[in-house]
Amino acid sequence: MSLLDVQHLTVRFHTRNGVLTAVDDVSFTVDPGETLAIVGESGSGKSVTCYSLLRLIPEPPGRIESGTALFDGVDLLQSPVSALRHIRGNDIAVIFQDPMSCLNPFLTIGEQLMEPLIFHRQLTRPAARNQALALLAEVGIKDPTRRFESYSHEFSGGMRQRVMIAMALIAEPKLLIADEPTTALDVTVQAQILRLIKELQQRRNIAVILISHDLAVVAGVADRIAVMHQGKVVETGATNTIFTGAQHPYTRKLLASIRSGAKQHAVASAPTPRPLLEVKNLTTCFRDYGTPLLATEAERFITAVDNVSLTVNHGEILGLVGESGSGKSSLGRSILQMIPVRSGSVTFAGQQLCGLNAKAIRPLRRRMQMIFQDPYASLNPRMTVFDAIAEPLLFHRLATRSSVEKLVHTLMDEVGLARAYVRKYPHEFSGGQRQRIDIGRAIATRPEFVLADEPVSALDVTIQAQILDLLLDLVARHNLTMLFISHDLSVVRYIADRVMVMHRGKIIESEKTETLWAHPQQPYTQQLLAAIPGADRPQHRPPAGDY
Amino acid sequence: MTLATTAAATEERGVSLWQDAWRRLQKNRLALLGLGVLLAMTLTALLTPWIAPYSYDAQNLALGATPPSAQHWLGTDTLGRDLLTRILYGSRVSLMVGFVATGVALSIGILYGTIAGYAGGRVDATMMRLVDIMYALPFMIFIILLMVVFGRNIVLLFFAIGAVEWLTMARIVRSQVQTLRQQEFIEAAVSLGLSRWLIVRRHLIPNTLGPVIVYTTLTIPGVILLEAFLSFLGLGIQPPQSSWGSLISAGVETMEEYPWLLLFPGLVLSITLFALNFLGDGLRDALDPRAAKD
Repeated sequence: MSLLDVQHLTVRFHTRNGVLTAVDDVSFTVDPGETLAIVGESGSGKSVTCYSLLRLIPEPPGRIESGTALFDGVDLLQSPVSALRHIRGNDIAVIFQDPMSCLNPFLTIGEQLMEPLIFHRQLTRPAARNQALALLAEVGIKDPTRRFESYSHEFSGGMRQRVMIAMALIAEPKLLIADEPTTALDVTVQAQILRLIKELQQRRNIAVILISHDLAVVAGVADRIAVMHQGKVVETGATNTIFTGAQHPYTRKLLASIRSGAKQHAVASAPTPRPLLEVKNLTTCFRDYGTPLLATEAERFITAVDNVSLTVNHGEILGLVGESGSGKSSLGRSILQMIPVRSGSVTFAGQQLCGLNAKAIRPLRRRMQMIFQDPYASLNPRMTVFDAIAEPLLFHRLATRSSVEKLVHTLMDEVGLARAYVRKYPHEFSGGQRQRIDIGRAIATRPEFVLADEPVSALDVTIQAQILDLLLDLVARHNLTMLFISHDLSVVRYIADRVMVMHRGKIIESEKTETLWAHPQQPYTQQLLAAIPGADRPQHRPPAGDY
Repeated sequence: MTLATTAAATEERGVSLWQDAWRRLQKNRLALLGLGVLLAMTLTALLTPWIAPYSYDAQNLALGATPPSAQHWLGTDTLGRDLLTRILYGSRVSLMVGFVATGVALSIGILYGTIAGYAGGRVDATMMRLVDIMYALPFMIFIILLMVVFGRNIVLLFFAIGAVEWLTMARIVRSQVQTLRQQEFIEAAVSLGLSRWLIVRRHLIPNTLGPVIVYTTLTIPGVILLEAFLSFLGLGIQPPQSSWGSLISAGVETMEEYPWLLLFPGLVLSITLFALNFLGDGLRDALDPRAAKD
C-alpha cells in the first residue's frame, strides 16, 4: 500500500479578479521509502499541491474543491485541523527553499533544535542536547558541539539547509516534503545536499516528495517524476522512462531546456583579438567591521578581488564562474567602478577608469551597462516600463521627449515585450518579463560592453533558455561584448566563448569554453564540473520536433 | 466617461507617477470625500470675511453664553460673540498653520533626510548629530528665542513650528532612504550613469512617500493644536482673534457650564482630522502602483 495516495485533488483560488484553478484534478502516489519528484515551472501548481495536503495554503482565497489524500489510511483533506496539526509535526515534515527565513535569528541553532525535543518529546535538557547533537552530526555538520551555540546568520546557505533538514528529522517523519531545497545554493553545495537527502532517506526509509523547477536537479535523486504544467500532472513515470521516452510535449520541452551542449554559434575567434576591456592587477577589499579593536591593518579588510588581470576582446562573451563568496560579483562591480577599488587598473576602450570621479565616469557609463540578477529588485517599483527604459535615453540625450516613445517601442520589440505593456508597472510582470525589461534598459543606450551578473539565476529553467537566447541574439546583432557572471556552469557553457574560473578572489583557470570542459586543469574546476546536476542522469536523445 | 476610455486615453500619452496616482485616487471614494471636505473648508476659510454672519470681535455682554439658536447657529461664547463666526475666522489661522508649517517641515525634512541617508558615512553622521542636538534643545526655548529676536509675527510662527517638526520627518525619510539605497534598482540607476540628483528625485523620494504621507496626516492636526498652546503662552495669535486651538482650550475651561463651546470647535477639528486621514490613506495607496488596482 502506498504511504500517500492523492486522488483528483483540485484547488482553486477565489480572488477578486476571478477564480484561478491552481491544482486541476491531480493524482499521484508515494510509496514508503520512495522519492517522488514533482517538476514544473513556477506557477504550475507544484507547491500548492503539497501545501494543500497539509492545509498550509491560505483559506480563503484558496479552497480545496475536491479530491482525497490518504496518508497512512487517513484522509488529510477531511481531517480536523487538530489532527492535521499532529500529522504535520510528527509524520510529515517540510523543508523550504529559503532556510534563512525559517530560522529564528535570535536563538542559537542548538536552542532551536532542542525546543521541539523538550516540548513535544518531553526529553530532559541534557537528553535533548545529546539528541540534537546527534542530529547535527547526522546531517553532516562538522564539529556540532561548537556549532551548537551559533546563530543562523553564522552559517552558510548550505549549512543552514542542513540544519533545516535536521529539524525536519526531529519528529522522525515518514514523509519529507522538500520544496526547492537547493535552488538558492551553489552547485557543489547543491550536490552535497541532494546526496544528504538521498542518504537519509535510505538510512531511515523516509518517503520524499522533492519539488523542483529543474529536471536536471532531480535526475540523480528521484525514483519517479511527476511533471506538472498549468495545474495538471501531464506525465508521471520512472525517472529513467521520463528521461529516455518522455511522451508529453511539455516534458520534452523541459528536457530540451537542460543545457547539455556547447555554445551553438561560437564566435570564430578573430585572427587578431582586439581588447575592449583590460584589467590589470585589480584588488578590491571590504572593511570587516567584525574585527577586534587592535587588529592589524591587514586584518581589518577582507580581500574580495585579489590581484586579478583579464582581457575581454571585442565581440566576445567571457564567462566568469565561481561559487558565492568567490568574489565574482565584486570583480564585476569593481570593473564598472561601482565599488571602490584598492589598487590596479581598468582600461575601457583605451580609457583608464580607475581614479575617475563620479562625474567624469558618467558619460562612460552609457557605453558599459549592467544586467542584474534579481529582476524583482532591479526595477524601481514606481516607474512604468516606459519610464524605466526612457530614463537613460533622455538623460544621456540620446532621444528627445518626442522621439523617445518610438525608441522605447523598438527596444521593447527587440527584447520581446509586447508594446501594449509599455504603461505597466514592474510588479505586473513575471520574472522572465521583468528580466526582459532589465535587458531593454541596459541596451537602450547602445553600450559596447555589458556586464551580466547572474542574469538567469532567479528564473525557471525554461525561461532561462529564452533569456539566454535573447542575450545571444542581442550580442550578435549589436556586436556587444559581454562579461557573463554565473554560478551555473551549464549556463556559462551555453553562452560563453571563453571561461574564467574564480575561487577565493583569484582567477584560477582561464580557457576556451570547450577546452575547459574537455580538459579542466585545476582540481577545483574538476570538482565544479563534477557537481553539475544531472551529470549522472540517464542519457536521453533530444526528441525530434521544434520545442 | 467610462473607465475603459480613461484607460485607453492614458495608454496613449505619457503618464507620470502623479498623473497615475490621481487617476487611482479618483477611484477611492473615501479619499475623494476627504479631499472634498478639505477643499470646502479651505474655500470657506478664504471667503470668511464675506460670509461670516457677525464680526469676530463683536461682543454682546448682555447676551453672554447662549446655546445654539436661530440667530446664533452654534451659540455664543461667554462674551456674547458668535461661535460660528469665530470658528470660521479661526479656520483661517488654523488651516494656514497646519498646511504651511507642515509644508515647511515636509520640504526640509525630506530633503535633509534624503541627503543624509543617500550620502551616508561622515556626512550622514554629522547631519544626524545636528538633528539630535536640535531634538535635545527644549522646543519652547527655541520658539521663544525666535519670538524675542524677530518679534511676534504670525508668519514666523509657521516657520518656527515647521522648523521643529521637520526633525522627525528627516529621521523617517533617512531610514527609508538607507534601506532603499541598498536595493538593486538604485545600483541599476548608478550603472546607467544617471546623476545623483536624478537618482534622488526619481528613484529615492517617490519610494519614501508612503510613510511620509502617513506621518504628514498625523502632523497637521498636531500642529494645529500646537498653535493653540503657543497662543496660550502669548506667542501665537492674540485675542480677540481666534483659532481652533484657542477656541478648544477656551472651551475646555467652561466645559461643564457651556459644553457647546468645546463641542463645536472640537467637532470641526475632528472632521478635518478624519478628512486628512482618508485622503492620506488614499494618497498612500494611489502612489503605490503595487496596491490593488480596484
